[in-house]
Amino acid sequence: MGKNIQASSGNRKWISTAGKLLSLVLFFVVFQLLISFNVVNDYLFSTLVKIGINIILAVSLNLITGFTGQFSLGHAGFMSIGAYVCAIITLRYYSVWGFVCGLLAGAVCAAIVGILVGLPTLRLKGDYLAIATLGMAEIIKILFRNVLDKWTNGAAGLSGIPQFVSWPWLFVLTVGTVILVSNFINSSHGRSCISIREDEIAAESMGIGSTKYKVMAFVTGAFFAGIAGAMYSSYFFYIDPDLFGFQKSIDILVIVVLGGMGSISGSVIAAVVLELISMFLQAYPELKMVIYGALLVLIMLFRPQGIMGSRELSLSFLKKWTGRLGQKNGGAA
Amino acid sequence: MEQFLQQVINGISLGSIYALMALGYTMVYGIIKLINFAHGDVYMIGAYVGYFCMTNLRLGFFPSLLISMLVCAILGVAIEKIAYKPLRNATRIAVLITAIGVSLFIEYGTMYIASPNPRSYPRLTGFMAKSYQVGGLTFSAQQILIIIITVVLMILLQLIVKKTRIGKAMRAVSLDRDAAQLMGISVDNTISFTFLLGSALAGAAGILVGIYYNSINPLMGMMPGLRAFVAAVFGGIGIIPGAMIGGYFIGLVEVMVSGYVNSMFRDAVVFAILIVILIVKPSGLLGKETREKV
Amino acid sequence: MPILTVNKLTKSFGGLMAVTNVSMELEKGELVGLIGPNGAGKTTVFNLLTGIYPPTSGTVTLFRDDKEERLEGLKPHIICKKGIARTFQNIRLFRDLTVLDNVRIAMNKNVKYGLFSTFLRTKSYFSEEKEVLEKSMQLLEILKLAHKKDELAKNLPYGEQRHLEIVRALATDPCILLLDEPAAGMNPAETAQLTEMIAWIRENFDLTILLIEHDMSLVMKICERIYVLDYGMVIAEGTPSEIKSNKRVIEAYLGEEMGNA
Repeated sequence: MGKNIQASSGNRKWISTAGKLLSLVLFFVVFQLLISFNVVNDYLFSTLVKIGINIILAVSLNLITGFTGQFSLGHAGFMSIGAYVCAIITLRYYSVWGFVCGLLAGAVCAAIVGILVGLPTLRLKGDYLAIATLGMAEIIKILFRNVLDKWTNGAAGLSGIPQFVSWPWLFVLTVGTVILVSNFINSSHGRSCISIREDEIAAESMGIGSTKYKVMAFVTGAFFAGIAGAMYSSYFFYIDPDLFGFQKSIDILVIVVLGGMGSISGSVIAAVVLELISMFLQAYPELKMVIYGALLVLIMLFRPQGIMGSRELSLSFLKKWTGRLGQKNGGAA
Repeated sequence: MEQFLQQVINGISLGSIYALMALGYTMVYGIIKLINFAHGDVYMIGAYVGYFCMTNLRLGFFPSLLISMLVCAILGVAIEKIAYKPLRNATRIAVLITAIGVSLFIEYGTMYIASPNPRSYPRLTGFMAKSYQVGGLTFSAQQILIIIITVVLMILLQLIVKKTRIGKAMRAVSLDRDAAQLMGISVDNTISFTFLLGSALAGAAGILVGIYYNSINPLMGMMPGLRAFVAAVFGGIGIIPGAMIGGYFIGLVEVMVSGYVNSMFRDAVVFAILIVILIVKPSGLLGKETREKV
Repeated sequence: MPILTVNKLTKSFGGLMAVTNVSMELEKGELVGLIGPNGAGKTTVFNLLTGIYPPTSGTVTLFRDDKEERLEGLKPHIICKKGIARTFQNIRLFRDLTVLDNVRIAMNKNVKYGLFSTFLRTKSYFSEEKEVLEKSMQLLEILKLAHKKDELAKNLPYGEQRHLEIVRALATDPCILLLDEPAAGMNPAETAQLTEMIAWIRENFDLTILLIEHDMSLVMKICERIYVLDYGMVIAEGTPSEIKSNKRVIEAYLGEEMGNA
């Protein structure tokens, strides 16, 4: 959010919006064709699904942690709520409408838990909030594993979950989330959240109720994490409580930190990059986590703003970048 | 009644371990306001070093204990110098993320090198394998050992903190880093020493747990680490006696929940305690409120 | 009725009495000064008025639109919504945000569009955003910061940062403005400019202003009345000339600053 809303003339805005819309449609069509002709096979498609889910998770966590400055280590907990609620519904009502209900119900349940968790804990600062959210996610996991096992089948997990996520669903949900979260950021609500991150006391003194906006960001983030969870269970057939533990929350955090806390496009880029790294390191799961750990330390030591800092990918950004590269190579100082 | 008292004994043994770890958390937090996420992994390394000493090197318990503490002390100082010192003026979130990174690195590095499978400590012989019956209660030699060693270490710690110059330096840096520096105290060395002490205690806790529960694995540090952290917060983060009290409290709670309710709920209860403390009295049992100046 | 009535305001931190039985009145449109030696509790009074600390005892009453409202114990953002804005002694700008964003954020309390409009970009979103942008630019132009609208707040020179703090407070559309040492760190030329600006905004924004300052040239020049605080208590109140010759005040300051006025 380094740029203000461009007060450009009406025409230029329409052209850029139309351009963005066109490129999205193109992207959708190209991939749909690749999939229909099996150029993109099941394995590659499942990678795309993972990327899409991670984009949604990273963007929603970024809203809470990067933009509003509330350090949440329990994001996977919200994901698990979406996953379980949706799975339970679609296992009972096997139809597209069942999936839609499951999707929405999962997200709404996650949002409700977000309010319940957020209201008491969001007054805590920094490290304490981190540990409290971590604790909340663990409590949710224990609830799913031991208390609600009548519905969730406990540690054995739920299997045979009907698969509904196809390319159109994946595309719409992922792009939709990115657009909606961006819209939130670039609005008075988003600006209020950012001001809380910058200086909570000053923000309060300017009339911004910090609790209200912290909870708003938290609940919105939880909602979209629920969507991601529902998508997960509706593609990968099987879920169990251990899939949504601290490790998953860390995975998401690494994406957000790598991409840049405060940059939506950064989260998107980082989600793709890290999934590709994951793919290569599939045979060595421990090595992947070792690298993640080292990555977190190295980023914090040498480039704490991550890839994009708090800037967004845009035409002017690309122009500046390529301009600078051109200068380095050809131009005199 | 007997069963209850037996559980109390178990709780105190477990609590000793948590107290040792909680001390490390509380001292580090007191001096640089950081939740050392990697502390639980130092404890795990202590357990592994102890295993290595007693299995591969066939050393006795006490030499292994000392070596564990030494290795962990060095490890703790190394972590501080490499990962935390450069970030001393960064935001709290940045340091916390780094601590998480270090923790992952150590956990999965160990898993990669030493295999994720649990290992067992060698069976103890001689007086260590005995148990004693008093009244209707059983004390195993291990439990007695744990409690005695913990008490000795805590006394040593109190002596260091209260009676030595470096201990005074630790207290000074905790209160006001800049003023301490102006008084000629080397802040870097003091902080390193704090990590040294805390990590040595964690190492001791690790090898003691190895003896007590017998099984160790690379991820064993995570949950106990978090529980020890809750113990430190409960007693008052940054306050040494608080960590001791907190450790025993959490140990007893855990044993009681396991014994009388369901061991599956241990973690839920511990985290619930944390959340209640943070909401009701975040400065903990022995802590005082601090205010931000506007 | 005075626009703001403070009655026996007291604040203790543990055993420390920071502010004791402070009573003040501000009439609508007045420009009142609050002075006193360092540590006298002036900023604490501001913090109590704006809700950052709840008072230990005492009341704060706002009289606006023919209604009386009690403010003590309310949270800062609610007090701001009722019309009291402030600047901070140690500048608290949103440092990593642009000048324009700093001002726009302060306008948020008057923005009406809700979450639905935000997510789905309805007409009301676009029209209100346009309004906020225009109003913000107007304010920045009046206070001569418009050319720096895209500059990050932390990169502004010190004097402009202090200006921006004032612009931001004005953007909340207050009826009472509390200025906490706005001239701190400024040279005489800058202070003279600031003095003019304060008088000007009082006129043009129809404000009542309460001003903490150490710089006596500023205080004596524009304040119509002055309260003097020492050790958390009001020790004197009156016009600038009355205060100048007040024995207790001179004692409290040891005569140093009064000699420079």
